Amino acid sequence: MKKPVRFIQRIASPTVLAYLTKRLGYYAVLLAVAVFVSYVLSSLALSPRGYFEGRQPPPPAESVEAQLTALGINDHTPLLERFTTWLSHAVRGDLGRTIDSGSVGEEFGRRIGVSLRLLLAGTVLGTAAGILAGAWGALRQYRFSDRAVTVFAFLLLSTPTFLLAVLLKVGAMKVNQSAGTELISFTGEKTPGLTGSVGTLLGDRAVHLLLPTLSIALGTAAAYSRYQRGTMLDVLGSDFLRTARAKGLTYRRAVLTHGLRTALVPMSTFFAYGFLALFTGAAFTEKIFGWHGMGSWFIDSIGKSDVNSVVAVNVFAAVMVLLSGFLADVLHAALDPRVRTS
Amino acid sequence: MTTTATPPAAGPEHTPERHASPERAAPPGRARVALRRFAGSPNAVVGAAVLLLLFLLAFAGPYLTPWNHTDIDYTALREGPSADHWWGTTRIGQDVYAQVLHGLRKSLLIGLLVALFATVLASVVGACAGYFGGWTDRLVTFFIDLLLVFPAFLIIAIVSPRLRDTGWLAFVGLLAVFGWMITARVVRSMTRSLKERDFVRAAELMGVHPLRIVFRHILPNVSSFLIVDATIAVGGAVMSETGLSYFGFGVQPPDVSLGTLIADGSDAALTYPWMFFFAAGLLVLFVLAVNFLGDGLRDALDPTSDRTPAQKRRRARRKGTRP
Amino acid sequence: MSAPLTDVPLTGAPLADGPPVLDIRGLKVGFDGPDGPVPAVRGVDLTLRRGEVLGLVGESGSGKSTVALATMGLLPRTARVHGSVRVAGTELLGLGDRALSGIRGRRIAMVFQDPLSALTPVHRVGDQIAEAVRAHQDVSRDRARRRAVELLDLVGIPEPARRADAYPHEFSGGMRQRAVIAMAVANDPDVLLADEPTTALDVTVQAQILDVLRTARRETGAALLLVSHDLGVIAGMADRVAVMYAGKVVESAPAAELFAAPRMPYTIGLLGAVPRPDAADRPLTPIPGSPPELHLLPQGCAFAPRCPLAADACATTEPALTGAGDHLAACLEPPAADPAALYPVPEHTPAREVVPRGELPSVLRVRGLARTFPVRKGGAFRRRAGSVYAVDGVDLDIRRGETLGLVGESGSGKSTTLMEILRLAAPEAGEVELLGRSTSELTKRQAHALRGSVQIVFQDPMASLDPRMPVGDIVAEPLRAQGASRATVARRTPELLRLVGLEAAHAGRFPHEFSGGQRQRVGIARALAVEPELLVLDEPVSALDVSVQAGVLNLLRRLKEELGLAYLFVSHDLAVVRHIADRVSVMYLGRTVESGPVEEVFARPRHPYTRALLSAVPVPDPARERHRERILLAGDPPSPVLREPGCRFRGRCPVYAGLAADERARCERERPKDRAFGPERTAACHFAERVSAPTPTAATP
Repeated sequence: MKKPVRFIQRIASPTVLAYLTKRLGYYAVLLAVAVFVSYVLSSLALSPRGYFEGRQPPPPAESVEAQLTALGINDHTPLLERFTTWLSHAVRGDLGRTIDSGSVGEEFGRRIGVSLRLLLAGTVLGTAAGILAGAWGALRQYRFSDRAVTVFAFLLLSTPTFLLAVLLKVGAMKVNQSAGTELISFTGEKTPGLTGSVGTLLGDRAVHLLLPTLSIALGTAAAYSRYQRGTMLDVLGSDFLRTARAKGLTYRRAVLTHGLRTALVPMSTFFAYGFLALFTGAAFTEKIFGWHGMGSWFIDSIGKSDVNSVVAVNVFAAVMVLLSGFLADVLHAALDPRVRTS
Repeated sequence: MTTTATPPAAGPEHTPERHASPERAAPPGRARVALRRFAGSPNAVVGAAVLLLLFLLAFAGPYLTPWNHTDIDYTALREGPSADHWWGTTRIGQDVYAQVLHGLRKSLLIGLLVALFATVLASVVGACAGYFGGWTDRLVTFFIDLLLVFPAFLIIAIVSPRLRDTGWLAFVGLLAVFGWMITARVVRSMTRSLKERDFVRAAELMGVHPLRIVFRHILPNVSSFLIVDATIAVGGAVMSETGLSYFGFGVQPPDVSLGTLIADGSDAALTYPWMFFFAAGLLVLFVLAVNFLGDGLRDALDPTSDRTPAQKRRRARRKGTRP
Repeated sequence: MSAPLTDVPLTGAPLADGPPVLDIRGLKVGFDGPDGPVPAVRGVDLTLRRGEVLGLVGESGSGKSTVALATMGLLPRTARVHGSVRVAGTELLGLGDRALSGIRGRRIAMVFQDPLSALTPVHRVGDQIAEAVRAHQDVSRDRARRRAVELLDLVGIPEPARRADAYPHEFSGGMRQRAVIAMAVANDPDVLLADEPTTALDVTVQAQILDVLRTARRETGAALLLVSHDLGVIAGMADRVAVMYAGKVVESAPAAELFAAPRMPYTIGLLGAVPRPDAADRPLTPIPGSPPELHLLPQGCAFAPRCPLAADACATTEPALTGAGDHLAACLEPPAADPAALYPVPEHTPAREVVPRGELPSVLRVRGLARTFPVRKGGAFRRRAGSVYAVDGVDLDIRRGETLGLVGESGSGKSTTLMEILRLAAPEAGEVELLGRSTSELTKRQAHALRGSVQIVFQDPMASLDPRMPVGDIVAEPLRAQGASRATVARRTPELLRLVGLEAAHAGRFPHEFSGGQRQRVGIARALAVEPELLVLDEPVSALDVSVQAGVLNLLRRLKEELGLAYLFVSHDLAVVRHIADRVSVMYLGRTVESGPVEEVFARPRHPYTRALLSAVPVPDPARERHRERILLAGDPPSPVLREPGCRFRGRCPVYAGLAADERARCERERPKDRAFGPERTAACHFAERVSAPTPTAATP
């Protein structure tokens, strides 16, 4: 394959490298400001002291003090000092300890894994289904099937994620109720304490994945179907599609080889953001289905006034946003020769 | 050749169009065309009608029942819909009808205000950045990028509960502050292309004051987009509000919104469905109506904008904050 | 490589006896509009025989492109098509997509108007042509690819094997159109449809593409249906011509006859309204009114409301296309074909008192103007990658009451020059002097005051008027900007509207309620509001139809005489410039290469570029057009990012091509300076003496 090689060569040319350096510099400034503001906001708004003091039985004052200091979140230490201490560790890769004295870094690894397992299937399925439905709807514009897809997509887009998840859960409860046994399990990643063959365990996980996957896939598909329908309609009216038909391609073939490929170019942005959203997790879905991924970690940390965890998740999310923007550009360049060459 | 007709009288300068124009009926005005296109879209008309009904319900509906959303009827706990309590009662005897309507009103108000603030902010900032360019533009762009890098949901979740004392208006402010950037970006890029348009250039070459150009030429020409965007922003704001309130980061008790009501009712959805489904149904109905209306408005105001990048980006953002 | 080639008429006489390869009968096309169905084509009959070129002429909205698309079966699904379209005996209407696909590209192929959007941006050009081959021939991928390279070579793309790997955006407009033609002839079609194939291109590139079309026809023997609004292009290419108006063919005849003796008043009007590059002082006779809106067609003859001969019967009966032999016209009372007698000629220009040019006060003087822009490359990875020398040495000189035509192809820097002048600020290099005052010395306040003295009219009247403002406010805007009082505004607005031939009552309407010509009149009224001394006109008529354009040109002439205005008239259309300008200045790649009185420059160009440009302009007269000598320039203008020493034109220059090596060295080293050729006449060429004089364009029928 010479294509990727050529692409990489172009990417690696001095002008592009100079450009990349400039761009990374800009990102670094943005990130630095974001980190600082996140830390300050979290430290001011959250009260870990209150968390410790509220424990039953109430711990002695000096132990609270010692605990807070050990975690680097003692509000008696000046804010700027706390920040510099945190930063000096953070740049060395040490993100500090959670309020329960676990390692934030280790927690990260665990949580990202959970979020990935939760979101991967739903995102992939939803993206594929959305693109197909959108392209199909555009081809059948204003016919009944297009209208049906449109109304269904709007209905899903108008249902907030948390509500969709709750509705799915309620539906599953109904099914279980009428079946008399738990056909569909929807809490957590797996049935605790279940033993058996690899097949049984995998099957159990698959059943647990059903509802969250559905909830994510439906929302994703609805959104993608709308964008894809739009880009597809743009392409269907284009001159080059007409040229392709003028040379003797059937409508179907012209749309497949010339239309769809071109209509995917503007979608690269969504692919990029969708892909990196896999790592930041889905707070509502995780909370409602009892998965301990990134999203629920964040919500729980706010509840526990866990400053270090909250800051870590914030910074991570900011990095992901920046990376998504960058990935979108790279994807765009890969899909569109007009962007690629100078 | 037998010429029976005389050539039209030639004036001092024979003006071609003058002859034709009086015969041509004046084409229908922009507003009427838009109205007709709007009326031609069933989705949009239904959306508008439903919205009107919901507003009526939210603001006039509470007067139809003697119950207040804080009243507690100890004689009717967890009761289904009845003549006394139209939509039933909660586990502590609150009237669901009164509560849901109160929540609906709060959610509507929040949605409207957030969309209003965000759109005004976005249009002024975006148009100025796009028009003046240079350092104004660089500063605004940096600020927008910065706000976009902040995970909006996370920041609001941290800050909002601490603003409990200032009430729900602070929450509106927070949602607006994190809700204008994408619109501003679109307005900025629209302004940049408008700036290249000949009529703006003509105004510049005549020496029209820059601010006057922004307000007389730029903003009226992005108004179609702004109207549509603001409409859809109402839906987006209500979704954000309910989502945050569901997890306790938004509207705080004893105040209620659709989000808090859904949170309270979701556990009882199977056993006492009225506690859950009235609030949930109204929420979906409202956002759906807003989306249909926005879509219809887009088609009506600008026939080519059915698939503007703006729409894609707006939706992208909604999806991006998929929490 | 450029060789002067004398063109022979394509075919002596059409093979009238051969069977028609394309036979269109009673074609009707309707679209759904907001107010019910809109008829776009209302019963068209056309026949095309083997080897024949049929020109289909009409203004925008006449339905000519719809005929072509309906023939291909490429109209949107919402179109309702009736009638019969037969290609070599096979009926196409009513065929399914699969059956039609077997015919499209093989028996009948098409070249489209806008080459920039006609190719799929994400596939390589060679692959797209090979795809056309493989759509109808069962050949291997390799074989198809070799054929694609051959085809690219046939249409004159240099280094075809390498270029086949390029993406469309790496091609210039002219090269893309060549690629589209290559695709169209890939399967030796019987019929070639070309829908305004050169409208989007510059005139020198247009000449190239027309030449390629001739080659393509020679190679395939296909019949050609050439759709165009440009009478000159039709005159040079077509054997027979059909004129369309409001969805119908209103006249059809052999080309020579149609141009020499038109019968339908519309055709007569059209020929009288088009300015010609070979005849300067012929007055233009505009057709009154504007083309009808198709959903509001009057009963009877569609042209009757604009027709100077319209009789009562015309308002009730729609005439059929009738006539003796092969000259048919749809007119109840065909007149004698003398446009001057049929349409009122605008009042004769009173002869101006002749003042020696040197004594007239200067309005605008530009010396050595330059302007560069940073180039940013790439979409995702934007970065500065050099400079565009958009304007790189422009000299202009306009005296009071004078019209200077500024001529050049796209990318020559005309618009940038205008913007630099109108900025009223110190230029990057050189000097701009307006009414005797250098712009680099103006204070902000002085510049603002001076804005009243120079105003601009833009090319596209729709784009230059704010769609959200009533025209009264639009016209008053410059007055307000200059701080005029409310009373002045109220007095001047109706005055201005009347001055340009509109009604004062129109002040409350919005721009979209006017026709194109009327909008341009609004633009002119706005420019005149503050009584400027210099009017800058940036392609003011190129967005207008011929019949409307003549009215606007006449208006400009009249205003100039009444108000003593000076014009800087920018245009790519040399015929228009010849018609309106006193002096002309020719630009190439940001530089002025030649300037002088318009008659002299047109009669004896001194710069090889001017010479080629003039020879590329088609003349709406088949007899002259076919016997005229042409100079085809090779390739496209080089990138303005490169700024090599020496003459920038030499790569395409026919004179340079014929020079000896030591003479060439001069062109490569030394940037040519302006050389005087008589008073007020300059050309920037080292070897201007070797530029041959054009052959006399005397009519030779």
